[in-house]
Amino acid sequence: MRGSLGGRILRWAVIVIAVALSIGPVLYGVVLSVRPFSSIVNAPLDLFPSFAEMDFSSFATAFRDENDGGFGLGRFIRNSLFLATGAVVISLLASILGAYAAARLRYTGRGVANAIIMSVYLLPGIVLAVPLFVGLSRVGLTGNLIGLLIIYVALTVPVAIYMIRNYFLSMPESVEEAARIDGCSLPVLLWRVVLPIAAPGVAATAIYIFMIAWNEYLYALLFLVQKRDLWTAPLGIAQLTEISVPVTVLLAGSVVVTVPVVVLFFIFQRFLISGLTVGAEK
Amino acid sequence: MTRAQRESANGILLTAPSLAVILVIVIVPFLAVIIFAFADLRLIDIPHMTLGNIDWTFDNMRRARESDQFWGALSTTVAYATLTTIGSIGAGVIVALAMRRPFRGRGLIRALLLVPYVLPVIAAATIWRTMLNTQYGVINAIGVEYLGWDGPIGFLNTTSRDVLGVPVPLTLLTVVAFEIWKSAPLAFLFITARLQSVPGDIEEAAALDGATGRQKFTQILLPQLRSVILLLSLLRFIWSFQNFNDIYLLTGGAGGTQVMAIKVYTELITRANIGSAASYGLLMSLILAVLLVIYFVVSKRREEL
Repeated sequence: MRGSLGGRILRWAVIVIAVALSIGPVLYGVVLSVRPFSSIVNAPLDLFPSFAEMDFSSFATAFRDENDGGFGLGRFIRNSLFLATGAVVISLLASILGAYAAARLRYTGRGVANAIIMSVYLLPGIVLAVPLFVGLSRVGLTGNLIGLLIIYVALTVPVAIYMIRNYFLSMPESVEEAARIDGCSLPVLLWRVVLPIAAPGVAATAIYIFMIAWNEYLYALLFLVQKRDLWTAPLGIAQLTEISVPVTVLLAGSVVVTVPVVVLFFIFQRFLISGLTVGAEK
Repeated sequence: MTRAQRESANGILLTAPSLAVILVIVIVPFLAVIIFAFADLRLIDIPHMTLGNIDWTFDNMRRARESDQFWGALSTTVAYATLTTIGSIGAGVIVALAMRRPFRGRGLIRALLLVPYVLPVIAAATIWRTMLNTQYGVINAIGVEYLGWDGPIGFLNTTSRDVLGVPVPLTLLTVVAFEIWKSAPLAFLFITARLQSVPGDIEEAAALDGATGRQKFTQILLPQLRSVILLLSLLRFIWSFQNFNDIYLLTGGAGGTQVMAIKVYTELITRANIGSAASYGLLMSLILAVLLVIYFVVSKRREEL
């Protein structure tokens, strides 16, 4: 099937414009992060810096500790890494079990449990912020990474259960049946039989959880803003925007927080996309 | 124990950790929002607050209902969510249709189109703030240099600006554009996935019968896409309606972008009024709940037809 010439031109115009709009701003940010601040102010339209002008010092300045004349991005990244990997491990442990129950087991209260888990997915985060702020203040968990970690686990468990459950449902049940007939207990079955087959789906879910925790801003702002030592990468960069930090440093920080997410996403693109769009296919 | 009993016990056991953390972090807090919304409660009252000594009151709800700020925030939020939903799904449909036929490099282009969606919101906001900056931003530089603007435009703090005699809520439109930019890729993905499962032979048959491109779109593709568009509209509206991060990071609520989520935040943090923040939050949740009910009624009725 070939379209008319006009149709083909229109189609390619849409594609070219869409690509330009999608990656244009991102390239702009990357290019500016390697230019000296003074030259950005003097020549804002100079989008393609010469090699001689390239200047990576913003990255070093951003990373160095405050005592060292930098802005502490290295520490922000460490905090974010701790939260994101912690959320991945804990949330995966809970949701693999929950997803297996949702996909394969008939148990009393199953409908209620599923409804509760999914309703969380649609509840506004800002609404929960009010009581969580009150509650964590009461038990002294504000200004503490552990308090935030527990919140990240709760925020990611519903999505994780949903994604892993869909993956389990797409797997043939016959292997598990055979293992069960051979007298395999449930923990052994999960660890030895189910997980190896489900590994791609679990990996995709892990990346999705990592991305949510790595990007999270609202709760970090609410609970950590007073504790500069504990700032996460998004919170740190946002707070630096408030004081007059050169924009090149902010952009260098943005590039650094973006790279791991984009790399992970594109390595596992296929799994992630099928996990996200299962709902659209029915 | 019978096998069914054992299975039931295992099911409860396996679900327990997930339910426990959701109960503590989501369900109990949400019940607390309902209590706080009817309590006269300030941040300084927290250390000695108990269920017994709460001052019950309808003042928070009454004040919200009577205040211009509440209705202002609500209409800003509805405008923001509506425009974002239309824009992101419209863009998603157009690009998905343009990318429908296979061509060399389609996988790469599809990956590039997803970049705004994958980008951390802090990075996206920092880049947009830089682009729109009045001193060194590229948009204002282009406008002044080539488009004959009188001077740089404050895209992030202009509540209203006359364009050809019509007042335009410039900053609100800027945050809408930002959100469309970030969320259109997801709509694109969903619609692409749905398009792939549209059987090709119907269209071929229609083409043989002499259907035009427009007829094929409105008569064949659109009915197939309707349910995914309805679902996407619901999800995007709900997500945009409660959006805090994207707007707060771009404008901090300046320039007429005080949406409900930002209002809840300022009531809680700046004004330290927990009761008022909770009542705004509760009203937000109620509006979303009504939307969900409408969606389920509509999709149920469609299934019955």
